[in-house]
Amino acid sequence: MLIYFFDCLKKHQVPVSLTELLDLINGLDKQLVFADQDDFYHFSRCCLVKDEKHFDKFDRAFKAFFDGLQSVEGMLEALIPDDWLRSEITKQLTDEQKDKVKSIGDLNKLIEEFKKRLEEQKERHEGGNKWIGTGGTSPFGHSGYHPNGMRVGGAGGNRQAAKIWERRDFKNLDNDAQISARNIQIALRRLRKFARTGAEDQLDINDTISSTAKNAGMLDIKMVPERHNAVKVLVFFDVGGSMDYHVKAVQELFNAVRTEFKHLEFYYFHNFIYESVWKDNLRRHEERIPIGEILNKYSRDYKVIFVGDAAMSPYEVMQPGGSIEHWNEEAGSVWMKRLLSSYDKAAWINPEAEDGWKYTQSTQLIRDLLEDRMYPLTVNGLEKSMANLTK
Amino acid sequence: MTSFQSTGEYIATENLRMAVNAAIVLEKPLLIKGEPGTGKTLLAEQIAKSLGAPLVQWHIKSTTKAHQGLYEYDAVSRLRDSQLGDDKVADVRNYINKGKLWEAFDSEQRAVLLIDEIDKADIEFPNDLLQELDRMEFFVYETGETVKAVNRPIIVITSNNEKELPDAFLRRCFFHFISFPSVDTMKEIVEVHYPNISAKLSAEALEVFFELRDVPGLKKRPSTSELIDWLKLLMSDDIPDTILANRDQSKAIPPLHGALVKNEQDVQLLERLAFMHRRETAR
Repeated sequence: MLIYFFDCLKKHQVPVSLTELLDLINGLDKQLVFADQDDFYHFSRCCLVKDEKHFDKFDRAFKAFFDGLQSVEGMLEALIPDDWLRSEITKQLTDEQKDKVKSIGDLNKLIEEFKKRLEEQKERHEGGNKWIGTGGTSPFGHSGYHPNGMRVGGAGGNRQAAKIWERRDFKNLDNDAQISARNIQIALRRLRKFARTGAEDQLDINDTISSTAKNAGMLDIKMVPERHNAVKVLVFFDVGGSMDYHVKAVQELFNAVRTEFKHLEFYYFHNFIYESVWKDNLRRHEERIPIGEILNKYSRDYKVIFVGDAAMSPYEVMQPGGSIEHWNEEAGSVWMKRLLSSYDKAAWINPEAEDGWKYTQSTQLIRDLLEDRMYPLTVNGLEKSMANLTK
Repeated sequence: MTSFQSTGEYIATENLRMAVNAAIVLEKPLLIKGEPGTGKTLLAEQIAKSLGAPLVQWHIKSTTKAHQGLYEYDAVSRLRDSQLGDDKVADVRNYINKGKLWEAFDSEQRAVLLIDEIDKADIEFPNDLLQELDRMEFFVYETGETVKAVNRPIIVITSNNEKELPDAFLRRCFFHFISFPSVDTMKEIVEVHYPNISAKLSAEALEVFFELRDVPGLKKRPSTSELIDWLKLLMSDDIPDTILANRDQSKAIPPLHGALVKNEQDVQLLERLAFMHRRETAR
């Protein structure tokens, strides 16, 4: 019984391990919970889920499991026994509807049809369409009108009041959804590299002991510098224009970045990188810093992060004179390549949602320029980008 | 062993009780997360109180190392003593200072060990404690002995989520997330703290408090502990009960807001909202 529950959690991508399952079984053995679904929910969550960001996934998995239906993905993977399907279907039907399904032959036909449909949809899904819909008149899917239809996922009309796991209280703690300064900081912490440099202010016990021993017992104190984060970061922020929609998210990223790194330099650009960038937004026209100067000033071990929505006309990237603000002698892509050839650790963080990228040509172009190192501004995206930068 | 219940000073929700009792019965560390001010640290004290067990507290700082919880070998004073020819030098035990974990392991009675704010320490810190928390024993290299827990302590670990904890560590713990209390739970909490509070004041204050929490864009939303402080001020100042009831929307900032809102940007935000509200009603 619990093995299937465990399996169902795995399928819903809740990170669970065998030790935790054993704990759960052990707890049930000691009668911590007994014949109460709510108690079981709380206890199993406390055993199996170790981060509130997975609570939502857990709730969904719990619902799927206790509704007796695996999610559609699960169904495709497993070959569903006919008997099980039959009982499931009869459970869904009212007496009136059962009359309509006149003989068992009809049911069998329905099951056959269902399997066929699943097969078909598996293929069509790869083409990008949605397979089992909702609210339609197809016999499959939920909230439909077909008298001998079968419910696949989702709540039917005959449910009782919502269960705790159906309320999905923890939905917005899920990883991709929410981003806050704290979240960002946690992600940025991955980009830490400790080094001992600077003033020597810590007692190095091992060295002191061995050198004292060598010194025939005369105390010889050795010191070492404290470890601190030695990573160096160069950030370029896109300002103005289409970035206005993302001001809040980018501001939070900016705040987080500022406190996290000791060696941090940031510059602004508009839409794309050309021959110069600026440090002070109010004086952007007077005080421009040529890219060449940046290349000379910062050593090769700096990690470069671009933050921008990458939405612009393709000319702005590819053509000389393409900039919307001034006449640029060389195309933006040339400058970008220069930066990238100097700093091999680079990433572009895009506040635009990832699904939308493929519809903007310039996003694709920039992504190619960066050799696919473009990440969405979500906690997951940041973590991935940081992992890539530390590689 | 008796199980953990709400005490006269602490309201534990059903699922928190379940988590604590599971951790007690199955002898696993309990990891507690939740918004600041929801009583994470207090929980350990209350468990100790309700079970009548001794409480060992280990507060973690950014410089804390895992081995400090086990023991520290004071090499420097041994070196010094050796120069002075002190007799103590011969026995290394004289220079081993027990840490909090050792203290909890040694306790005659089953102790409650609080490891507070584990996320403050270095990222590797939890990994260094895996074996100790799992087997409840550790090895002292200097003396060559193994310290084993007489009674496996009840371990409560709190985290403010500043760092993610490693998976291997999480696997060994039970986990509970203290959600922000609902209005009803909050009422109980207020009653526990101030049994003599007038029902009216408490109801009004809670309304203001939850309204304030709903203001969008607050940097730091007030939490339970701030509500408790605020109520204390309201009561001690002998503010007439009516002040909250007759509050005029044009003053969106509650009286004595200093106890609730700790950030000057938030105060400014509230002032702006009040101003906008006044302008709208004036029209």
